[in-house]
Amino acid sequence: MTPAGLEISGGETVLFWVIAPLMVLAALGLLFVKRAVHAAMCLVFVMVSMAILYIAQEAPFLGVVQVVVYTGAVMMLFLFVLMLVGVDASDSLTETIRGQRWIGVLIGIGLAVILGGVVANATFPPAAGLGGGDPGGVANPQALARVLFGDYVLAMEAVGVLLVTAAVGALVLTHRRRLTPKQTQESVADRRIKALPDGVVLTPLPPPGVYARSNAMDTPALGPDGEQVPQSVSRVLRIRGQERPAPEGPAVVVSTSSTRGATSSTPESERDA
Amino acid sequence: MNPLTLAAAAPGVTADFSQETIWASIVKAVLIVVFLLTSVLFAIWFERKVVARMQVRPGPNWHGPFGLLQSLGDAMKLLLKEDLTVTRADRFVYLLAPMISVFCSLLVFAVIPFGPSLSFFWTDWTTPAQLTDFPVAVLYVLAAASLGVYGIVLGGWASGSTYPLLGAVRSTAQVISYELAMGLSLVSVFIMAGSMSTSQIVDSQTQIWWFIPLAPAFVIYVISMIGETNRLPFDLPEAEGELVSGYMTEYSSMKFAWFFLAEYINMLNVSAVCVTLFLGGWRAPVPDAFLGGALNEGWLPIIWFLVKLWAVMFVFVWVRGTLLRLRYDQFMVFGWKVLIPVALGWVVVLAVVQWLQRVQGVTFLDFIPWIVGAAVVFIAIMWFWPEKKEAPPGTDVSAEKDKEPVDAFAGGFPVPPLPGEKLPPSKRFGKEVHGE
Repeated sequence: MTPAGLEISGGETVLFWVIAPLMVLAALGLLFVKRAVHAAMCLVFVMVSMAILYIAQEAPFLGVVQVVVYTGAVMMLFLFVLMLVGVDASDSLTETIRGQRWIGVLIGIGLAVILGGVVANATFPPAAGLGGGDPGGVANPQALARVLFGDYVLAMEAVGVLLVTAAVGALVLTHRRRLTPKQTQESVADRRIKALPDGVVLTPLPPPGVYARSNAMDTPALGPDGEQVPQSVSRVLRIRGQERPAPEGPAVVVSTSSTRGATSSTPESERDA
Repeated sequence: MNPLTLAAAAPGVTADFSQETIWASIVKAVLIVVFLLTSVLFAIWFERKVVARMQVRPGPNWHGPFGLLQSLGDAMKLLLKEDLTVTRADRFVYLLAPMISVFCSLLVFAVIPFGPSLSFFWTDWTTPAQLTDFPVAVLYVLAAASLGVYGIVLGGWASGSTYPLLGAVRSTAQVISYELAMGLSLVSVFIMAGSMSTSQIVDSQTQIWWFIPLAPAFVIYVISMIGETNRLPFDLPEAEGELVSGYMTEYSSMKFAWFFLAEYINMLNVSAVCVTLFLGGWRAPVPDAFLGGALNEGWLPIIWFLVKLWAVMFVFVWVRGTLLRLRYDQFMVFGWKVLIPVALGWVVVLAVVQWLQRVQGVTFLDFIPWIVGAAVVFIAIMWFWPEKKEAPPGTDVSAEKDKEPVDAFAGGFPVPPLPGEKLPPSKRFGKEVHGE
């Protein structure tokens, strides 16, 4: 069926048979994996593989745009929401609508039958190739630009306006009116200083106590007067009642050489050295 | 079809890949990887040394000449460190994430031209000094960058811990918003060069490097490239003071080293794109006709390219040594309310000017009255712009004016005024201070 010059090269055949099964596996994975992030990763894999196939079929612009727009922006936003909302393996699988599973299965089978029928009945004209020696081929970004912004410029503008309207609409719907004046860094600082007489501490709270036998977060520090400083223990631990009393007896001063080993060095601090 | 034959046949690509064989491509790919890995070792040393000199200290100077072997030692140390895996981590994704980062960062240099076509002394075989090129090469760079973010995002998520997750979320928002500005600044280069192929863009800079006529786009690109690579002052995804190490908090040993490697390769990537698109690529920093163009032929351009690359890398280090980290909300406001509108406006202005010049045949001299007029109007507006900003709601300025000045020395010691209190005017106000 293929005219001369349009034979599929051996490299492309190998590429297809390597990528296509992996894509099918990933697409199945999208349906069957438990965690939402894994499903998103499967989808990303399918998209990138599709981009590779597009590029192999002489459509580099389409392939690259597929990655930039869908993988880079759309799926990234999906992941963003997944991580923010914290969708996890513990997703509830209870039916919110009675019998929705069966309705879903029925509609799915119906769709598959229709799609299968359409695809089975389709007849393809002989392959013409994308460029075919014609410099106005769609693979050429300039030719593509001429089609999009010349022939279909009105449709492009309409779609653009629709998208902007949707974005502005979402902003308007989620917008809240500011009822109180905006807090600036200066006003917050002023407020805290004004609250000084009420017992607000400006400095960081004292750290928990460090003793020879216990330097955990749950042991309060001793003040210079030998009294325990309750604020030195995290508020959460205090409320839960997990605070431990400080060891009895006077505080012992430990030589600095032993405490130096306790400070752990993170990789981040090393690279800043 | 083989992508290489595609590139050779594609219209709008200057580099000639017709003599390319698969072996030449493999050799070039290996050379690029070797170049990147050694450059990273050098970049770490370079950054530490330059930052150290800026902070008036010697920096690494112990291992090897000028301390050059310091980063090699650091790399060995990272390899031999204990490889921890967090219990709550999602193991597969946790391992995959650093690999994605490194893989995507290695992709970009495939389309960067190191020079024009190279010929070898003992043959008549010539080959372009770049692995490949195609009509949408710069978009491919953007695609590789946007895939690389998955490494950061998934690494943060898979660690199963709070700080990495926060770092990952920050990085997503950051990269999405700064990639927009970056893409818009690249669009103006596309408009001027009439192509998205890297070799053609370098070829279009024979007369003038694009950073001069496209100065606003260049500035926007430089800002957004720093945001894109998560470097100071935009290193919010790994802000030490806030998030320990952000997305790589739970990574150690080689897995951490991969993230580290990817970050430095990404710096090299965006610098190379900056050089190729704005700074003339491999062209010598002299007019093209100088010495009959001998400086732009053969192997010499590779040196120009490397010099420019490291000049941009120096800017990275310089910025890091100079600026403080932005607050997160200020950073996002800067991206969305300053960078993107300015970039959009610039693209519109440039497109209109190009249309006037190319389609309507308006010459540059015809623009001068308009530019002067616009400048006059702008200066006039700025002249009459009210100077004082309106006081923010909640602060009552008039009440403060009527207050009695507080005596700062009431208790014998100088005490700064509380909010709402006012100091008496300084006795030295208006007097000249005489030095020695």
